[in-house]
Amino acid sequence: MTYEAVIGLEVHVQLKTRSKMFTRAAAGYGHPENTLTDPVVLALPGTLPVMNKDALDKIIKAGLLLGCEIAPVCKWDRKNYFYPDSPKNYQISQYDQPICKGGSVEIELPGPARNIMGEHKSVALTRIHLEEDVGKLNHGDGASLVDFNRAGTPLMEIVSEPVIRSADEAFAYLTALKTVMIYGGISDCDMEKGQLRCDANISIRPVGQAALGTKVELKNLNSFSFVRDGIAHEIRRQTAVLESGGKIVQETRDYDGQTGTSQSLRSKEMAHDYRYFPDPDLMPVEVDQRWKDSIRATCPELPFDRQRRLQAEYGIPYTITSVLVPDRDLGDYFEEAARLSGKAQAAGNWITNDLLRELGAAKKSLSESKVKPVHVAGLVKLVEEGTILSNAAKEVFVDMFNTGDLPEAVVARRGLKAETNLEDLERWCAEAIAANPKSVADYKGGKESALNAFKGPVMRQAKGKADPKRVDETLRRLLAG
Amino acid sequence: MPKPEDFNLDHVANLARINLTEEEKARFASQLGDVLTYIAQLNEVNVEGVEPTAHAFPVVNVWAEDVPEAGLSVEDALRNAPEKRDNMFVVPKVVE
Amino acid sequence: MSQELYNRPASELSQMLARGEVSAVELMKSVAERTRQVEPRVHAFNSMDEADALAQAAASDQRRARAKATGSAVPALEGIPIGIKDVISVAGQPLTASSRMLENFVSPYDATVTGKLKAAGAICWGRLNLDEFAMGSSTENSAFGVTSNPWDLTRVPGGSSGGSAAAVAAGEAIASLGSDTGGSIRQPAALCNIVGLKPSYGRVSRYGLIAFASSLDQIGPFARSVEDAATVLEAISGHDPKDSTSLKLEVPHYARGMAELVKSGRKWKLGIPKEYFGEGLDPEVEASVQAAIGEYKKLGCEIHEVSLPHTKYAVGAYYIIATAECSSNLARFDGVRYGHRSKDAKDALDLYFKSRAEGFGPEVKRRIILGTYVLSSGYYDAYYLRAQKVRTLIRRDFLEAYKQVDAIVTPTSPTPAFKKGEKAANPLAMYLNDIYTIGVNLAGLPGISIPCGFTSSGLPIGLQIIGQPFRETELLAVARAYEERNTWRMQFPKL
Ligand SMILES: [Mg+2]
Ligand SMILES: [Zn+2]
Repeated sequence: MTYEAVIGLEVHVQLKTRSKMFTRAAAGYGHPENTLTDPVVLALPGTLPVMNKDALDKIIKAGLLLGCEIAPVCKWDRKNYFYPDSPKNYQISQYDQPICKGGSVEIELPGPARNIMGEHKSVALTRIHLEEDVGKLNHGDGASLVDFNRAGTPLMEIVSEPVIRSADEAFAYLTALKTVMIYGGISDCDMEKGQLRCDANISIRPVGQAALGTKVELKNLNSFSFVRDGIAHEIRRQTAVLESGGKIVQETRDYDGQTGTSQSLRSKEMAHDYRYFPDPDLMPVEVDQRWKDSIRATCPELPFDRQRRLQAEYGIPYTITSVLVPDRDLGDYFEEAARLSGKAQAAGNWITNDLLRELGAAKKSLSESKVKPVHVAGLVKLVEEGTILSNAAKEVFVDMFNTGDLPEAVVARRGLKAETNLEDLERWCAEAIAANPKSVADYKGGKESALNAFKGPVMRQAKGKADPKRVDETLRRLLAG
Repeated sequence: MPKPEDFNLDHVANLARINLTEEEKARFASQLGDVLTYIAQLNEVNVEGVEPTAHAFPVVNVWAEDVPEAGLSVEDALRNAPEKRDNMFVVPKVVE
Repeated sequence: MSQELYNRPASELSQMLARGEVSAVELMKSVAERTRQVEPRVHAFNSMDEADALAQAAASDQRRARAKATGSAVPALEGIPIGIKDVISVAGQPLTASSRMLENFVSPYDATVTGKLKAAGAICWGRLNLDEFAMGSSTENSAFGVTSNPWDLTRVPGGSSGGSAAAVAAGEAIASLGSDTGGSIRQPAALCNIVGLKPSYGRVSRYGLIAFASSLDQIGPFARSVEDAATVLEAISGHDPKDSTSLKLEVPHYARGMAELVKSGRKWKLGIPKEYFGEGLDPEVEASVQAAIGEYKKLGCEIHEVSLPHTKYAVGAYYIIATAECSSNLARFDGVRYGHRSKDAKDALDLYFKSRAEGFGPEVKRRIILGTYVLSSGYYDAYYLRAQKVRTLIRRDFLEAYKQVDAIVTPTSPTPAFKKGEKAANPLAMYLNDIYTIGVNLAGLPGISIPCGFTSSGLPIGLQIIGQPFRETELLAVARAYEERNTWRMQFPKL
């Protein structure tokens, strides 16, 4: 029997705000333990929450980018449960009135090869709501240590419909979601920093069956590849269970990416009963058309829309757009360089090959690059005009990368200008022809390749600085004469 | 409305994370039984079509701009901690 | 009447301070001395810091001298010692909520009202006893001992703000702050012969008040006169960006506005809700309240019988909503970040069970359990949601009545102060003691209790006046119109 998987993802994304969701203590990552707290974060007696306007702006932006319906009114609920990383022992969240409903994420499945675009699909969303993050538990021997720096960070919970069918689709979904979040300036989605966290609900059923199988919740998928591998592993595990005549148990499993295995989390002795109720400390949020419009005005073009536009507008291939587009800044960089140079393809090549290679080697980010779009455009022009030759251009690029000098300056400083003394070139060509009568005969006899025999000596004379195109032209003219 | 006898004290005390002695259980069960019986008279009220009141004077969009303010120093954050180590709060090990 | 400093109203003391007849330090010394004398019998305080209070008083005298030199204004409460219920945070001071759970807790921040009192020149004086976490009507539920009623030491002062009421009644503070969730200011004020005011919900910031039931809690003053209550209310009121439920409304000049209204001789239309005068109302209390209503008639006020038909459901709705909110509000007391931690927990889960069992007293446990139950899966709609709908009906009853009348007049408490221990074993009987005060909290209205006489055995009786939302000035004026015509407030307990 063949089975198909039914997968729904619950993704938590930290919003990129300066202060926390319900108090103005600073939000941040990588600070010394318990230095980002205040009485509200620590839930000291008497403290009260106050919403962060920017977090609301950002979730509305996320909702608009993903085509969600923004609720005209939403409220806050308390989700009650005890855990040492939760200072109030309830989490302020949204239960039955999330701020965003519906919507979808456009994803791209892996193509048949790296350089060929894969199939695009739309993954429907159930809802997106806003809540607050918890602190961090560090497990030691016999005790746990709690750091509340992360507690209270604004957190978006994005719930997909159970429409994902494979580990690859899940991976593609996360990738696309992350790209949209980065485009919107909503979150950096750095999984290593816990800015994006993912749980998966997975069931399988025989192909053609409408009823859903028993679902298993997979937790601790803490990198993109662990999400893919963990889901693939769980599908295999469930398939094996069913094929051996067993039954799937509804449970929560913990995936260990290091060993590629999963383990059932001992079912809690008490079933969860979160006792949701409206938070009496907070007032509802009302989102009117004006607010939505003002956020919409700040929404960027979606990444896949941009990719399609770049291909259509600049005629550049998927191999380049698929590199440029996932990084909004790189895409912007490209568009600037393409505009300045008027040669999109050449600019794209320089950026996706040389710039990324040098940045990678130097372990630098784009914003740290001394080579700006104006440098790339300048270089493209010099090559285009024949002022420098392509191998010299490579040298210029590396120099610019290190010094930040403009290409013209590098060419002048390093004497990389292509040979333009036409008298010398004329003389070297004539000498080469005179020295090789056999090849002259061959050429005149129709053997086109015989021309190459003259080029070597000319280039040697020119010490490599002659434009091959001009050498070719000159030789043909002299031989024809 | 549920019946006062539905009340399962052990289950609820578990949710509330409070250990009760046998003596407390007996006393609370009877006292809360009385209270629940009294509360059951809310059943008489016709609440059809009545909106719940969450706030006496509701307003909307009460928020603050996203401007960080100084918080507590680590020392102040941990001042009341029953047990601390390495600038963190110590809790006995968490068993899932 | 010649009175000791510690028994005078703040308005009078302010004038004496202004005239230089007394210094803030002398006043504070008088209050502290009185406190030393009577506190062993009254036990209104959980803790006090006399040296700190005297230092605050000295600073106050200096501020006054500076203001005099520069001709600048002196704030309304400059130099007045004001006691603070031990559930309102004062930076650097203990904050116990009269609970073992917070026995050693020191708060690192000021409640908004504390900051406002300080800004108004008041001296923050002592931490006043209460029913643990403000849950109770007698102050017997304190982990640190029962407060006695200064009028009869064998009786309770009411609660939960019993310490705040007893301290003012006994001359241990000139005024004080309490909190009122279901009557916790008005009922002890009534039982101790002083004025107690619960403002409209949202009038005073709750930031720094340990939450019992967030949608009902409100901080308010205890004082020796309606005017003093107005002055303290003015000092602590106003929108607070740290409390999302505090409203952005301008703060009127309560004392001045009240005085002007009283002077105008306005004939108030007063409503008498028939449901508040039935079974369970002590005949002596009823007689005093009727006599007070008679005084209003003499003033030319119109008296209307009104109906608040859902009154009998108020206690039930209240105990669902208040306990539900408290079960969640008190979840933070878990022994992790602060507060009592059990010494023999074997793991984190066990830490919760044991710390909370050891840290909370019986009434708090009962309410947390009740509140947890009414929110639990399968019961939410039947209890919590229904109670919130009943709340809507109770609120409507009041708003309906206000189409006819300016204010509503009722007894504050069905009985005068009861004996210690009398209701301790019967929580329901204790809950029913709040029957006249609870509706006000459910509806978010302002309410005041003022002295209106004594029983034959000399126990104080209180008159409750319930105002319209955010119309505290009118409420105070109605109260003052009656207060002017009697001397109840000028009687002091013999201690
Ligand atoms: Mg916790
Ligand atoms: Zn969540």
